[in-house]
Amino acid sequence: MRKLYYDMLRIRLVEEKLAEWYQTDLIKAPVHLSIGQEAVAVGVMAALRPEDKIVSTHRCHGHYLAKGGDLKRMMAEILGKATGCCQGKGGTMHLFDDKAGHVISIPLVAASIAFAVGLALSFKMQGENKIAVAFFGDGAVEEGIFWESLNFASVHHLPVLFVCENNLYATHSPILRRQPSSEIVSRIKPHNVYCQRLEDANNVLEVRRISQALVEITRQNQPCFLEACTYRLREHWGPGEDWHLGYRTREEGEYWVAKCPFKQLRQVFDQEGIPQSEINAMERLINEEIDAAVKFAIESPPPSREELLSEVGG
Amino acid sequence: MARDDRQLTYKEAAAEALLQAMEKDEKVFLMGEGVDNITGVYGQVLPAYKKFGPSRVIDTPISENGLTGLAIGAALDGMRPILIHQRNDFMLLAMDQMMNQAANLRYASGGHHQVPLTILSFVARRPGEGVQHSHSLQSVFAHFPGIKVGMPASTVDAKGMLLSAIFDDDPVIILEHRHNPLYDKKEYVPEEYYETPFTANVVVSGQNITIVTISIALVNALEACGELNSKGIHPEVIDLRWLRPFDINPIIRSVKKTGRLMVVDTGWKICSISSEIIAQVCEYAYNYLKCPPRRITLPDAPCPASQFLEPYYHPTTEMIIKTIRETMV
Repeated sequence: MRKLYYDMLRIRLVEEKLAEWYQTDLIKAPVHLSIGQEAVAVGVMAALRPEDKIVSTHRCHGHYLAKGGDLKRMMAEILGKATGCCQGKGGTMHLFDDKAGHVISIPLVAASIAFAVGLALSFKMQGENKIAVAFFGDGAVEEGIFWESLNFASVHHLPVLFVCENNLYATHSPILRRQPSSEIVSRIKPHNVYCQRLEDANNVLEVRRISQALVEITRQNQPCFLEACTYRLREHWGPGEDWHLGYRTREEGEYWVAKCPFKQLRQVFDQEGIPQSEINAMERLINEEIDAAVKFAIESPPPSREELLSEVGG
Repeated sequence: MARDDRQLTYKEAAAEALLQAMEKDEKVFLMGEGVDNITGVYGQVLPAYKKFGPSRVIDTPISENGLTGLAIGAALDGMRPILIHQRNDFMLLAMDQMMNQAANLRYASGGHHQVPLTILSFVARRPGEGVQHSHSLQSVFAHFPGIKVGMPASTVDAKGMLLSAIFDDDPVIILEHRHNPLYDKKEYVPEEYYETPFTANVVVSGQNITIVTISIALVNALEACGELNSKGIHPEVIDLRWLRPFDINPIIRSVKKTGRLMVVDTGWKICSISSEIIAQVCEYAYNYLKCPPRRITLPDAPCPASQFLEPYYHPTTEMIIKTIRETMV
């Protein structure tokens, strides 16, 4: 339970540092913050084994950190440095850390869902008892490749867990303008995929509990689908809030602020008698790690000009 | 074995490549719509299916883009997938996965991700196939850095280029040509494993004009040579083989010798591989050209289905002869 809080707090503090960087001239990239959605990444990851593999999207920082991705290489990548996980050539939307099992992140909506199914096919062909997890948003469900991937996983009984982070908006378009209902799982079930919907996926203990059950089923080569309802508190990309744009209401936001993942878990801490001082200690530890990563990223060299044409292939 | 005893068709040579690749490396597997039955892919996958069965030769749903993404996922896990599309026209449905994904992932990961994916498809030219079943889209695919594109124009290369593709560590597209006299053409094909290098092939040496051919246009050019030779014209014929990597050097060398250039392509003219060849020859050998370069391509229209129109659509041996005689005046 402490680790769940620690992992969520690490994501939050890292992303707040990125938001702070935005006030300076350091970042030249559209950074997609997952502030408010940390419980999904941390809860699902807590149900996985280290050898299980995940794929992610443009909003990948939380998944990367929760799966155990290297913070220094992440920060360096966001600053376009040679020491970044992609040597500066992928950027914030392409984070990966193979050692940690985060295979890849892909910003083109839904494209990486098919990769997860391919990973699962490979695991099954090679007789490995691993599962693949695809993280994606509610907008991805509107893409053809999502359904192609789901269909294949079902027909071939592949060990893949689909995790849909339903945050109600694709950029600025609300889900009911894009889909027949704001609830997704009933459209998934006919594919013989085992489905669960979590109305409050900001409750990390619930996310972990449901994920553990789904992961166990997935490991038996039965694909599963988790609809995790959550909410993005910041802009689609960028550091700030965006209530002034008018595409969503502050009241709606406040409903989700009340369901803050940290607040919910702290209530449990209070019941269990875990003192605030422990949380303060966590914060100090994480800030030390962030300071070291920031120093590493800022002091790292940029890629040399020759890198422009290296690793093109083809 | 005597050379006469190993006469294979283009199709049989490609089928042998698939089989040998799967025998050589258990990470190689095949996927595609209808790959496991006699009518699927003209039976080209049957030898592999008979030996390895449905776990490594996978009949798939009709999901071109999804299958490509799936194959990329498997490749990221160290597999060597071969994805088959019955016609290259269908590959346009998979452009996101081929070009945004497969072609870019190595670069975007600073060299960490490798996608050893082979995409095998066919130009299915035949009367009646019409606007969505018979086009020749190589120039579209060759636009993107990060993905190789090859078109075997001989039986020997049908095997060797496919093996080069399968064991390359980057994504490769192979477009075979199903039209005759190429697809059923028998030639001696070595039984052992071999790869074709990623270079253009000087098929005929000559001194009067350089003819660069793409895919089945080689067959027409060779036929034209017979007639032209008897008139005292000796073309140099270069089979480009790969649109990417683009091997311009033998073409430049040849033009410096002949002073004349003609390109024969199975695709359209505008924004095409024939445009690129001529542009680079102008950039690097302009002073050697004795006359403007010429090219024979498809007319600027989709392919008609009617058997009364279709014969006028594709480049012919006669067009090559006529154009060269004009050029040589």
